[in-house]
Amino acid sequence: MRLAEHLYRTISSIRGPLLFVEEVVSVRSGEVVEIVFPDGAVMEGEVLKIDGATVLIQVYGETRGLDTGSAVVFTDSVKKAPLSREIVGRVFNGSFEPIDGHPLFVPERWVPVTGFPLNPVARARPEEFIETGCTAIDLLNTLVKGQKLPIFSCSGLPAREMAAGILQNARLAGGGAFVTVFVALGLTHHEYSFYMEAIEAMRSGFVAFVNRADEPVMERLLAPRFGLACAEYLAFEGGMDVLVVITDMTNYCDALREVSTAREELPGRRGYPGYLYSDLASLYERAGRIRGMAGSVTLLPVVTMPEDDITHPIPDLTGYITEGQIVLSRDLHQRGIYPPVDILPSLSRLMQRGIGAGRTREDHRDIANLLYRHYATGRDLRRLEAIVGRDGLLEGDRLLLDFADAFERELVGQEGRRGIEESLDAGRALLRRFGLAEPQEGGRG
Amino acid sequence: MTGRIIGIAGQTVTVDLRGLKLYEMVSVGDAGLTGEVVRLERDRAVVQVYESTAGLAVGEPARGTALPLTVQLGPGILSSMFDGLQRPLNRLREATGPFMTGGGEIPHLDPDRRWRFSPAVGEGEEVVPGAILGRVAEGPFSHPITATASGRIARLAGGEFSFGEPLGAFADGREITATNFWPVRKPRPCRRKLPPGEPLVTGQRVIDFLFPLARGGTAIFPGGFGTGKTVLEQGIAKFAEVDIVVYVGCGERGNEMAELLEDFVSLPDVRTGASLMERTIVVVNTSNMPVAAREASIYTAVTMAEYYRDMGYHVLLLADSISRWAEALREISSSLEEMPGEEGYPTYLASRLAGFFERAGVVETLGGTIGSLSMVVSVSPPGGDFTEPVTQACLRAAGAFFMLDTSLAHRRHFPAVNWFQSYSLYGRGATEHFDRLVSPRWGEMQRRCRELLKREETLREVAEIVGVEGLQDADRLLMKTAERIRLQFLSQNAYTGDAFSPPEATLARIEAIVSFHDRAAARLAAGEFLDEVLKESTGGMTP
Ligand SMILES: Nc1ncnc2c1ncn2[C@@H]1O[C@H](COP(=O)(O)OP(=O)(O)OP(=O)(O)O)[C@@H](O)[C@H]1O
Ligand SMILES: [Mg+2]
Repeated sequence: MRLAEHLYRTISSIRGPLLFVEEVVSVRSGEVVEIVFPDGAVMEGEVLKIDGATVLIQVYGETRGLDTGSAVVFTDSVKKAPLSREIVGRVFNGSFEPIDGHPLFVPERWVPVTGFPLNPVARARPEEFIETGCTAIDLLNTLVKGQKLPIFSCSGLPAREMAAGILQNARLAGGGAFVTVFVALGLTHHEYSFYMEAIEAMRSGFVAFVNRADEPVMERLLAPRFGLACAEYLAFEGGMDVLVVITDMTNYCDALREVSTAREELPGRRGYPGYLYSDLASLYERAGRIRGMAGSVTLLPVVTMPEDDITHPIPDLTGYITEGQIVLSRDLHQRGIYPPVDILPSLSRLMQRGIGAGRTREDHRDIANLLYRHYATGRDLRRLEAIVGRDGLLEGDRLLLDFADAFERELVGQEGRRGIEESLDAGRALLRRFGLAEPQEGGRG
Repeated sequence: MTGRIIGIAGQTVTVDLRGLKLYEMVSVGDAGLTGEVVRLERDRAVVQVYESTAGLAVGEPARGTALPLTVQLGPGILSSMFDGLQRPLNRLREATGPFMTGGGEIPHLDPDRRWRFSPAVGEGEEVVPGAILGRVAEGPFSHPITATASGRIARLAGGEFSFGEPLGAFADGREITATNFWPVRKPRPCRRKLPPGEPLVTGQRVIDFLFPLARGGTAIFPGGFGTGKTVLEQGIAKFAEVDIVVYVGCGERGNEMAELLEDFVSLPDVRTGASLMERTIVVVNTSNMPVAAREASIYTAVTMAEYYRDMGYHVLLLADSISRWAEALREISSSLEEMPGEEGYPTYLASRLAGFFERAGVVETLGGTIGSLSMVVSVSPPGGDFTEPVTQACLRAAGAFFMLDTSLAHRRHFPAVNWFQSYSLYGRGATEHFDRLVSPRWGEMQRRCRELLKREETLREVAEIVGVEGLQDADRLLMKTAERIRLQFLSQNAYTGDAFSPPEATLARIEAIVSFHDRAAARLAAGEFLDEVLKESTGGMTP
C-alpha cells in the first residue's frame, strides 16, 4: 500500500500508444497513470503489464508530442467512475467529462468501471414485460426487464431511428418510466445531431455518454463501462429500472481490435482478439435483476453486421451472449417497410415468461405462435412460387402467400407507437381476415 | 513458503517462490486470490490466477499450498451450486453480497452442517480403499462413506457429526473423516471399465427413438446460437432417467442459470416426486466470470460426478458449452505465449478434450458395485460452422452426435436435431433393449420412421420442380405423413406438458401416425380420393 502518488521520468520507449517506464517501485495491475506532456497537457493511461521494475503502459489517447522526458504519475487506483443521483439528465464524453455545459456533480462515490460479476445465485429471472411500442418486438419478440436484446442491423438500414424510437417510447407494464442510459460510440457528426435531438425530446430521465468518430478509440472502450457502472448504480442502489442503449457495438469491437493489435496480441478470427467473446460478455452480462432488490438493467445494443453477414464474429459472438436478437432486413427496407424487422431469424429467448395472462394478455402466446407459423410457411412458399409460379401452388398456399405480404406491410410495418393491446388486436384481426384464427390440426405439438 | 509477486501480465503472475510443484495451488496477493502454477523456472514460477488481477500490486505476498487444484468431497455436495473452483455460491452470497468481488477463502462444503452417520463395519476390522465404512443420509440418497486408505479400524462411532469431528480412527492413529480432497485433473480410480450398453432414457423423442444415448456414453450437440442447445440440456437434466445430475454452466449466461435454479427448486422429479434440486449439483462459471476458473469448471464438475459414480449411482454430466471451455484454454495458452495451433487453439486441445470424455463410462467401482457416468455436452461453433477445431475434436471423442440445424430452429422446429446428419453409436444396443422393455415393435417402427423421412426428402425435391399439384395422391399422402412425423413426433415443445415423453408414449405416438398412414394408403389403393382419406385424420391423434 502506498500513501502518495508516484512520479517518474523514466520512460525508456514509446511505441504508438504503448510506453515502457523503468525503475518503478510498487505498481498495480490495471492502475491508472497520468502522463504529463511536454506542453503541460495531461492524459490518462493504464498499467498493462509489470515485469519487475519495468512497467508497460497503454495511453488512452494520441501520443503525438510525447517524449521520453515526460512525467508519468502513478495514482495507485484502478479506473473508477464518479457517481451520484445527480447524474440523471447529464451528457458526458468518453472520458466522463460533462459536455452539456454544466460542471461535474459532487460524486457520492467512486466505483471501478469494470464492475464485478453478479453471483449467478443472486440473479432474479427476468420476466416483467416492457412495452417498446413496436409490434415486431412487443408482440412477436417480447422484451423483459433485465434482458439483453441486440438489434442486428446492416449499414444503411434505419437502426438509428429504431433505437431512438425505443428510447422515446419504452414503458414498463403498468406505465412506469425508465431511466435511460445512452452510450454512443464513434458517432459521425450527422448521427451526433440526430441523437442529441432525440435525447432532448425524451420525457424521462436519461444519462448519455457520447464518443465521436474523431475522439480517442480508448474512450470507445471506456464509455460503455461508464454507462454500465452508472446503470448498475442507479438500478441497484437507486432502485430504478434502467434501459441501456449502446450504439454501435461494431465500433466498439473495431476499437478493441485496434487496441489489441497495438498491444501486439495474437489476432483471432478476422483480426479480432481471441478474448472478444469474454470481453463482450463482460459488458452484456451486466444486464439483469437481483433477487430481493428493486431495480433492473435492461440492455439494447445495436450491432451493424459487416457485409450484412450474421456469421461475422461481432454479431455471432453477440448472439451467443445475448438473450435473442432483433434482425433487420435490407429486403424489407427496400420494400418501404418500417421498422424492417425480419421476424424469422429474430427471437426473444425470455419471451415465454413475460407474456400471457397477468403480464400482457392471455391470448398473446397463441396469436404470436400462429402468426409466426403462417408467416414462416408463407416465406417458404415464396421460394417455391419463384420456381413453379403462383399457379403451380395449391389454393391454400396462395392464401398464405398473401398473408405473408399483409403480415409484413400491416403488422411489422407501423407508423407511430402501438400499445400492446393494439398490437395484439391487430395480430388477431389479420389472422381472422385470412381465416387463420384457430389453431389447426398439425399445430403445436 | 512465502514469496513476493515480481510481475503481472493480465491473469498470469510471476512470483519469486522456489520449490513449488507444477499445477500446485498458490495463494496470490493480499486478497489471497487463487492461482495454479503453470510454468516453473529455477528461481521463479508463473502462476495462472483464477480471479481478476485488477489492482494486484508487485511486492504483494504469494504462498504455495503444497496441493494441486482439488475439490472437497463429502456429504452436502448434492443440491449445491458452486463456481468453477467449487466455491459455494449461496454461502458466498451470504458472506459478500450479490456481486463477486473476489478473494477470500470459504470452505467448499459447509463445516457447520450436522450429519448423521451409521457405521457399517465394526472396530477391529481390516478395510481396503473403497470399502464402505458406513452411511450418511444426504436428502433421499444414501451416501456411503468409504475408506480412502487401507488399515485396521480402531474406533468408529455412529451419531451426529460435522466435518470438524472425525468419525473414528485407524489402529495406527490416522483419523477417519467423512470428507476428503481430490485433485480435479486426475480421474478417480475404479476396478475396471465396462462397455456402455443400457440406454439412457432422456424423454426427448428424437433422441430416445432415433439417436439413443447409453449409460456411460458421451454425446455432443453442436449448433449455432439460438438453435436450442441450452433448452435441450436443461430438458435432459430435468427428465433423464439417472440418479444424479451434474450441470455445468460453462461460460454461458447468468440469467439462464437463474432460470435453471428456479425451475429445479420448484419442479418435482417426474419419477420420485422430490424436488429436482435434490438430485442435482450445479457448477457455474458464467461468461463474465474469470476465464481460468471456467477452464477448471468442467474438471471440478467431473470429479464430483465420479465421486457419486463411485457410490454406485448413475450420474449424468451436462456441460453447456464445451466451446467456452476451449476458448478459455485458448486464452490461457495465448497469455503464456505458447505456439498456437489451428484457429489459435493450443495443439493439445484435442488430447485434453479426449481425456475429459474418457472420464465417462460404466465402471465397476472399487467397492464392487456398478456405477455410470454419462456426458452430454453442447458445442457452440463460431458462425455455426461445424468444420472448426472444437466440433471436430469432439466428434472424434464422442459416441453420439446430434446436429442442431439453424434452418430447423428458424422454422421453430425444436429440438432442432437434424434427422439425416445426426448419429448414435449406441443405436443397436439401445434398440435391443427397447424391443425387450417397451415393445418388440420398437425397432420395426424406427425403420419405418426413417424410411418415411427419407422418401419425403426425395419427393420434396420433385415437388420443388413440378409443384405439389403435380404429385400423385400416394406421394402427397406420404408428404402429409412425414409432415406429421416432423410436427407431432420429432418436435417437442419444452414449454408444454409434452416436454417429457416416456418411451411407451413415444412408441404409441409414432405407431398412431404410421398405422394411419398404412390405412390411408390402403384406401387410396382401393380407389378413394386423398381428400376423403385425410379427413379421418383430424381426431385420430393420440395426445
Ligand atoms: N424444445 C423447445 N421448445 C420450444 N422452444 C424452444 C425449444 N428449444 C429451443 N427453443 C427456443 O429457442 C430459443 C433458443 O434456445 P437456446 O437458448 O437453448 O439456444 P442455444 O442453442 O443455447 O443458444 P446459445 O448458443 O446462444 O446459448 C429458446 O429461447 C426458445 O425460444
Ligand atoms: Mg445456450
